[in-house]
Amino acid sequence: MDYRFEKEYGCLFLKMPEELDHHQAEILKEEADTLILEYPVRSLVFDFSDTKFMDSSGIGVIIGRCKNVRFSGGYVKAVHLNEQIQRIIKLSGLGKIMEVE
Amino acid sequence: MEQIRNEMKMEFLALSSNEGFARVTVGAFAAELNPTVDELADIKTAVSEAVTNCIIHGYERKEGSIWIRCRIEGRRIEISVTDIGKGIEDIDKAREPLFTTKPELERSGMGFAFMEAFMDAVEIVSEPGKGTCVTMHKTIGKG
Repeated sequence: MDYRFEKEYGCLFLKMPEELDHHQAEILKEEADTLILEYPVRSLVFDFSDTKFMDSSGIGVIIGRCKNVRFSGGYVKAVHLNEQIQRIIKLSGLGKIMEVE
Repeated sequence: MEQIRNEMKMEFLALSSNEGFARVTVGAFAAELNPTVDELADIKTAVSEAVTNCIIHGYERKEGSIWIRCRIEGRRIEISVTDIGKGIEDIDKAREPLFTTKPELERSGMGFAFMEAFMDAVEIVSEPGKGTCVTMHKTIGKG
């Protein structure tokens, strides 16, 4: 497993995998939802520090988690994006529904 | 300078774990054209989208094979990704950004939009029940 979770004061940090494609998205989705269900998440932070690649499957997984957290009134943010990931996020319009740092 | 001419073909099982293998292999083949970091990322993303489509839509996550053929001629690379899965009913609809037949799988509907954004042209040939062939090309070093 090349990503991990950190929980701190109601904030869930999701360390995104190195390559966020359909294969990794499926794994991430399951683990993230288990944590969101178990833990009262007020904010969700996607940490892309280690992520070198992302395609549209990554967009799907982010939108899905945004919905789950927003449902309980939380907010969502993405941090440490490289240029390739920034382009993908921009193209998808995801920047409009989520804070990008 | 002599024009580069090269070609490669590969066949692999429609497993999600092969998505990374496919895009990295095509990327390695394209390296001959000395693409920039951005150009290489464009090619890898487009290949990843096409292969993911074969797995999720073409074969609906059941068993199948995927074929990729790459051709380099001069500065241009052409990549074809083929499956013999269920095919596409309405190609125009499939190309529309945000359109997806699989919202329950949290598909963003951006697959073809990304291929079109990152490659110079994308051609889709498909027949319901027979399969789909997506051919994309890109000229490297246009600046």
